[in-house]
Amino acid sequence: MSMSQEYVELFKAKEQLLEKASPSFMMNIREEAIHQFGKTGLPDHKSELYKYTSLQKLFEPKYNMQLQPSNVEFRVEDIFNCDVPNLQTRLEIILNGFYKVNGTALTRLDNGIIIGSFAEALRKYPELVKEHYAKHAGFEKDSLVALNTAFAIDGLFIYVPKGQVLEEPVQVVHLPMTGYDTMLHYRNLFIMEENASAEVIVCDHTLSPFRFLTNSVTEIYIGSGAQFHYSRIQNEHLNSNLLTNLFIHQEADSTVRSNTISLHGGLIRNNTNVLLNARGCNNETYGLFLSDKNQHIDNYVNIDHAKPECTSTQLFKGILNDQSTGAFNGRILVRQDAQKTLAYQTNNNILMSDEAKMNSKPQLEIYADDVRCSHGATTGQLDENALFYMQSRGIPRQEARLLMLYAFAHEVIEKIQVTPLKDRINHLVDKRLRNELSRCNNCSMACGDLPIPD
Amino acid sequence: MLSIKDLKVIVAEKEILSGINLDVKAGEVHAIMGPNGSGKSTLATAIAGRDVMDITHGSIKYMGENLLEMDPEERAKKGIFLCFQYPVEIPGVSMVNFMKTAVNEHRLFNGLEPLSAGDFLKYMREKKELVEFDSQLTNRSVNEGFSGGEKKKNEIFQMALLEPKLAILDETDSGLDIDALKIVANGVNTLKNKDNATIVITHYQRLLDYIIPDFVHVLYDGRIVKSSGRELALELEEKGYDWIKEEAGRQEK
Amino acid sequence: MENNHDEVIREVTQNEYKYGFYTDIETDTLPKGLNEDIIRLISTKKKEPPWLLEWRLKAFQQWKKMKMPAWAHLVIPKIDYQDIIYYAAPKQKASLGSLDEVDPELRKTFDKLGIPLDEQKHLTGVAVDAVMDSVSVKTTFSETLAELGIIFSSFSEAVKNHPDLVKKYLGSVVPSTDNYFAALNSAVFSDGSFCYIPKGVRCPMELSTYFRINAANTGQFERTLLIADDEAYVSYLEGCTAPMRDENQLHAAVVEIVALERAEVKYSTVQNWYPGDKNGKGGIFNFVTKRGICKGNDSKISWTQVETGSAITWKYPSCILKGHNSIGEFYSVAVTNNMQQADTGTKMMHIGRNTRSTIVSKGISAGKSQNSYRGLVRIMKNAENARNFSQCDSLLLGDKCGAHTFPYIEVDNSTSIIEHEATTSKVNEDQIFYCNQRGIGTEKAISLIVNGYAKEVLNKLPMEFAVEAQKLLQISLEGSVG
Repeated sequence: MSMSQEYVELFKAKEQLLEKASPSFMMNIREEAIHQFGKTGLPDHKSELYKYTSLQKLFEPKYNMQLQPSNVEFRVEDIFNCDVPNLQTRLEIILNGFYKVNGTALTRLDNGIIIGSFAEALRKYPELVKEHYAKHAGFEKDSLVALNTAFAIDGLFIYVPKGQVLEEPVQVVHLPMTGYDTMLHYRNLFIMEENASAEVIVCDHTLSPFRFLTNSVTEIYIGSGAQFHYSRIQNEHLNSNLLTNLFIHQEADSTVRSNTISLHGGLIRNNTNVLLNARGCNNETYGLFLSDKNQHIDNYVNIDHAKPECTSTQLFKGILNDQSTGAFNGRILVRQDAQKTLAYQTNNNILMSDEAKMNSKPQLEIYADDVRCSHGATTGQLDENALFYMQSRGIPRQEARLLMLYAFAHEVIEKIQVTPLKDRINHLVDKRLRNELSRCNNCSMACGDLPIPD
Repeated sequence: MLSIKDLKVIVAEKEILSGINLDVKAGEVHAIMGPNGSGKSTLATAIAGRDVMDITHGSIKYMGENLLEMDPEERAKKGIFLCFQYPVEIPGVSMVNFMKTAVNEHRLFNGLEPLSAGDFLKYMREKKELVEFDSQLTNRSVNEGFSGGEKKKNEIFQMALLEPKLAILDETDSGLDIDALKIVANGVNTLKNKDNATIVITHYQRLLDYIIPDFVHVLYDGRIVKSSGRELALELEEKGYDWIKEEAGRQEK
Repeated sequence: MENNHDEVIREVTQNEYKYGFYTDIETDTLPKGLNEDIIRLISTKKKEPPWLLEWRLKAFQQWKKMKMPAWAHLVIPKIDYQDIIYYAAPKQKASLGSLDEVDPELRKTFDKLGIPLDEQKHLTGVAVDAVMDSVSVKTTFSETLAELGIIFSSFSEAVKNHPDLVKKYLGSVVPSTDNYFAALNSAVFSDGSFCYIPKGVRCPMELSTYFRINAANTGQFERTLLIADDEAYVSYLEGCTAPMRDENQLHAAVVEIVALERAEVKYSTVQNWYPGDKNGKGGIFNFVTKRGICKGNDSKISWTQVETGSAITWKYPSCILKGHNSIGEFYSVAVTNNMQQADTGTKMMHIGRNTRSTIVSKGISAGKSQNSYRGLVRIMKNAENARNFSQCDSLLLGDKCGAHTFPYIEVDNSTSIIEHEATTSKVNEDQIFYCNQRGIGTEKAISLIVNGYAKEVLNKLPMEFAVEAQKLLQISLEGSVG
């Protein structure tokens, strides 16, 4: 039986369970999605999108598909505390792909803001979910999204009504914690209505040393004039693999800034898809990754300029050590209608070891003439002259290297606007560059250095 | 030669010029001064014909003709020359070829034979000496990699080649050291005669020590609020623009 | 004003195709279609040795198993390979005088194209191999060059006269099964140019091949093999034109270059195949595989191309930088207009230590055309201290065309430095106004600016071609003065 067929069979076997968790509109979408997945299967190395990341290999091992919330007797907060000093956040936990209820599953604040379990939102506000669900994350051309759409049940839901501001940043911690190799699918949906404003911080961690494959989809709708900041810190052990699929839909004059910091993990593939669907949007997408051992980190960004007078900026940087491999594939698409587009893309990489390998594929696809678009990509190593200069001033070579790497990384980190978070990430990156454990304060887990079980 | 009547101009939905009146006759030098943002450069560009503004009211007559109906190149060929505040770089196009094209377009317009490559080089050499222009620069691409001073000198050199009837110097003194300023001013003075006219747009009176104006106008808030002889420039240098602003304010009331 | 501007762009970009005439000459053609018999017939007609026929048949067997590449940013109509004539040779009248005599009709054709076949009349310093349809018509200056030991002849003659050299290097850079079009070419190639520069010889003149498609329904499949032995130098030019026809014609050529120790090869192309009419009817499908190998240390291969013609271009002149300290260069101007499509660029494969490559690509799109740069820079594991710099710019004239950049950068060595930059924009309004203010009309201004934009690449062309290329880009006098 082919790999894709296995998932079709699994879907059939679990149909009742899924049906219980889904209203009929959603069940229809699930069926379409699994049909689509069965038809196309996983993309292979011939696919331009997955030229540098082998999904086939990633899906080869046997995983248990997590389709029910886990029973945990202890409070996760007791063993896990990912605090950012001086930052008050509203902490939400997604444990093994399911919203961890701490009091109520869904909170409605005074100003109409709704935060909580996606599955619960589906029950309580089906119309609100239906308006956006699977509307921004198309699965027709994307098997990973199709697979998620077929199996994902829960995740985080945020709704900020017109003109409202989410005062406290939301911090979402995704935690896989099972006693066996597990595949997880979760689904986030964030809806920002007109002139709404919110800040979301996502942390990916792992709490047990098994093999994990997380395939998440996050759909974000940004209404006219809305502002949204999205920061993501990925810090997992070597056997934890992340496939993230982020879809951002922007309406007129809205602003989105996203920042992805990949500190550690097994295989990480971040797909970021942005649709600038009306005049005057601004989008900034930043990313930094640090890889070593046999890690593989691949960032894919697709910015679709569908309408005029939008601006997009991409900056992605990578520092690769040991036998790690990295990839960057950024695409700027400027449609015929999108006159007066400004679009920029930069990708810089540093190879620290002879065995590291970086593949970069920046692309411009432009069908409008009154535009300014550019991209630049560099791959190299630290400037020997600068190193020598510092050494001649008495700075040890190792320290000089660190200083330079730190400066290199800083350009991305400084784009984070929440100062405590920026400081925290600076600290984590610094520790990471010094090859120290990059665990959070009070964390009982050594995310970075778990042994790899066979 | 040039007659501007009640000119109103809107740029990016904002009225920049709100009723300008100006008469320039052959042989005259006019200075237009004013604080930043008063509309000086907009006036220069309106005369040269840049297509980024809406002229909502008024007229510009040049040698008895309606200037506003002409393309920028037609205005140029009829003798209007703008010394750009920020001369544009055109990578890959050599100065020589650029100016040869421009000079021959002018000649064609005036019913003259185009100059051959040899004759043009000769003509260029003469003019270079006239305005003390560095001969190396003509082999480079238009304005590319020129210093601020070189760019401005290059503008005067082009003016010498094209022999305009009406030259407009848009902040030509900005960013020049005193030596470059003298070279630029000498160039302008050398090219001056009784048949042509010059409009000098500047923020400071410094340049006017070297190019002596017959008239000085102060532009403020889109209007010429004061016109006088050369002494006005000295007064502005001494007292700054604040009293003009106050005076203009009083007139408003 | 806006309309006026469009009008000007239209005028600037819509020049007539000047080489669209057809020569009425009796032609010896094989029947349409592609099968083993046709390949055998081609081989027989050219009196080829059995090994070469075997080589062709092997390529054909492979080709049958292959699929047309679909990854390019191109819309290629279905091609019926059985509806193409694979061999067409102009019949020369029985020669009256010397063996070198060329049919007057052919001579006239090449005169009209600006390629005189009389050595006396010819531009000094350029030797020409003139190819019409499937065969080489005449190679000039062969004797002069032979005195230096340089072999410059049609491919067919080289197979006859220098079989060992051909056998040694044919397919050594572009294997017969490298890709779909290379395999097709290997099976049916009819002629082309062969050139060998012996050790230590600097070729004193530009060598040049002029390709002309004349016959209808005919594909052109020529093959060029160029070998520069140790410390040799040669500058090679290639030009091409075709009559205006309503149907598309296929051109699938292969060029192989071998540069040995300290050798240097400059290969320049001015490609002006018929691009089709403004509605996209007719025109050449130009599917070409060009590759050079810097086999020896300190060798250098430099590609310069000015691409203005063809309905569809699929072409990636590449360098394999195997020798230590070897250098690869790619300079390209690609202009597309009306319904033309181009997907062109280069591959730089860094294998040896201290290898260096430079890529400068300037795309200009007008009308409803699509113009893509696609390039690969690969730094292999042992390519210590490899360097690459790439600059890919696109200029858009009009709002119905597309300009795309698809670079692939694969780095497997930490001591290398790779830089890639690309920009896309339209002609700068400030520049146009600056020209206007100096009395230069918008049409001339655009042509000046476009020429200036392409200058960096045009400067790399040998003088004789630079002038031709500038004319092709609708350019006045830029560069001829000062």
